[in-house]
Amino acid sequence: MNWHNIVTVYLKELKDSLRDRRTLLSTILIPTLVMPLLTFGVGTVMSKVIKKAQEEIPSVAILGGEDSPAVVAALKKSPKLRVVATPADWKQAISDKKLRVVLQLPAKFEAGLLAGAAPAVMVYNYAGELKSENGARVLERYLIELREQTIADRLAEHGLAKTLARPFEFKRENVAPPEKVGGNMFGGLVPYLIIILCFTGAMYPAMDLTAGEKERGTMETLLCSPVARVDLVLGKFLMVLTGSLSAMGFMLLSMGLTAAVGGSLMGGGGAVKAGAGAASSRAAMDVIPMIDPVGLLGVLAMVFPVAVMFAAGAFTIALFAKSYKEAQSYLAPMMIVVILPAVIGMLPGIDLNWRLALVPLLNLSLVCKEMLSGVWHWNYIAIIFGSSCVYAAVALALAVKMFSREDVIFRT
Amino acid sequence: MIEARNLTKTFKDKKRGVITAVDHVSFTCRPGQIYGLLGANGAGKTTTLRLLATLLQPSSGTATVAGHDVVSAAQQVRTHVGFLAASTALYARLTAREMITYFGELNGMSATAIKARIKQLSAELDMAEFLDRRCDKFSTGMKQKTSIARTLVHDPAVMIFDEPTLGLDVMTARAIVKFVRECRDRGKTVIYSTHVMSEVEKLCDTIGIIHDGKLCAEGTLAELRAKHAEQDLEEIFVRIVGLEDTK
Ligand SMILES: Nc1ncnc2c1ncn2[C@@H]1O[C@H](COP(=O)(O)OP(=O)(O)O)[C@@H](O)[C@H]1O
Ligand SMILES: [Mg+2]
Repeated sequence: MNWHNIVTVYLKELKDSLRDRRTLLSTILIPTLVMPLLTFGVGTVMSKVIKKAQEEIPSVAILGGEDSPAVVAALKKSPKLRVVATPADWKQAISDKKLRVVLQLPAKFEAGLLAGAAPAVMVYNYAGELKSENGARVLERYLIELREQTIADRLAEHGLAKTLARPFEFKRENVAPPEKVGGNMFGGLVPYLIIILCFTGAMYPAMDLTAGEKERGTMETLLCSPVARVDLVLGKFLMVLTGSLSAMGFMLLSMGLTAAVGGSLMGGGGAVKAGAGAASSRAAMDVIPMIDPVGLLGVLAMVFPVAVMFAAGAFTIALFAKSYKEAQSYLAPMMIVVILPAVIGMLPGIDLNWRLALVPLLNLSLVCKEMLSGVWHWNYIAIIFGSSCVYAAVALALAVKMFSREDVIFRT
Repeated sequence: MIEARNLTKTFKDKKRGVITAVDHVSFTCRPGQIYGLLGANGAGKTTTLRLLATLLQPSSGTATVAGHDVVSAAQQVRTHVGFLAASTALYARLTAREMITYFGELNGMSATAIKARIKQLSAELDMAEFLDRRCDKFSTGMKQKTSIARTLVHDPAVMIFDEPTLGLDVMTARAIVKFVRECRDRGKTVIYSTHVMSEVEKLCDTIGIIHDGKLCAEGTLAELRAKHAEQDLEEIFVRIVGLEDTK
């Protein structure tokens, strides 16, 4: 190993890659844009849609209210609901989103209430449809109020206190610091993005520096030089690693900037006009939560050996291919292999244990979730970091070995 | 100086089984001479030259290049070799100057030495006009000149050419042939592979005819003509290789 040669190869590959549009796109441009797009784009649209759905006064149709005039009249007076005429095919109307909910009152509902007969009421809606679910919630809240009022009336009739049927009250309040809530809600998303970007960041330089060189005929030129093959691999590998880390770095940088911009828009509300700016900044704060900065540093440290593994792995696989296209067809399916453990790590309820701590990528995604919400299980962290380093070393050794095999370099 | 001793290279191929691409080949190339390796497509020329340039490892046998063994001292061999083939391309996104500089650095030259060498080569090869332009915009002639400068940057004692005129237009091919001669005149050891008879006739001091991995005949043009009582090299070649018999 000769560091001077490794650095020479690395610097040349760096210069070469900085002139390659595909590499720039995957290691700088897309990682920079992904966070602002997610927050200001998707975030704004999402929050607008939800707000609009909640602002809408849901339309409700009533079935069988003829003998319950008092209930119907009270419903019609409610400002939170809009009672409309019942269409003949009301089920179809709900499915077509022309009608949000239908309330079915049984025959002689009011009379039954007075007689203490416990009649059953039905609410029909479109499950999973945002506006219909919202309508059903409003309608159910109204029904609960009606039920409580009935209880109160009956208790009063018998001269009993209201607290008989409602012996205590309760309330819910969040006491966790905001970064813990953020870590839990989005802790899964950040490592997920980091893992994907680390991989795509490594992928393009890896293909360009191996299969791409074979295809363009420069690999043979390079091998004619007196530099040892180990030095060539390490120089090239360092460039692939640079791509991987730069993708992650640019993503985190732009995430920080997005949060800062979102935060300043929010904080300096007086200076900034209300309206679009405020709406998007609120969206930004919704999507980029308060994340523990120490946790983020921990994540970076944990990601490093994984980036090494990705760089060496992508390098090895791409090296085997004869052409850029062939390399792409090997590496593109690898995306799924990479994303799957990250997605599993995002699922709620899956927590670290000794066995999962040894599963590559899944362990990273789980430990990152913990770190970002301020939980530090040092024994798991040590095991995960250690095992990731071992996997990385194996991948790198494999890359070096593959590079010295003539049937790989001169594959025909 | 190149001395090949029973050089042998076999490949394992899934479809074709074991291929002996180079089969116990022995020859000697001397400084100030051009050794021509003449053979049809698939005869084993490229494989032989790759073995000499240590791009491939021999299965058995060995060779010494500039006094170093290709198996035990591959790295030293490469410091003394300039290898130019139809398949050795340029980095498209680098300029000619960057390309030559990179290979100077890989050969362990100092920055000042590289600068001086580029100045000299650029004057000799008339490259000044495109030295700082990117290689992907070059004509084939410019590419060849840059490749030549790349192989010469460390002033190697041994030059290996693998069908360097393949696919080039007449003018560029002539420039290459002229350059190969200059290498010889400067006392370098030159080995030159081709399947073109006329190039061998014009260029080579010694001719080795390779077929099916084996070196079938060797000698100067005059020796081969005398031995086969035939003036036309193509006739001699066909007779040696024995292609006519199989027809
Ligand atoms: N990497 C390889 N793997 C398998 N077979 C090969 C490889 N390289 C060359 N060959 C085979 O070896 C023989 C000699 O090839 P080559 O040296 O390229 O011949 P030439 O340069 O004279 O045309 C051919 O049959 C070729 O198919
Ligand atoms: Mg050939």
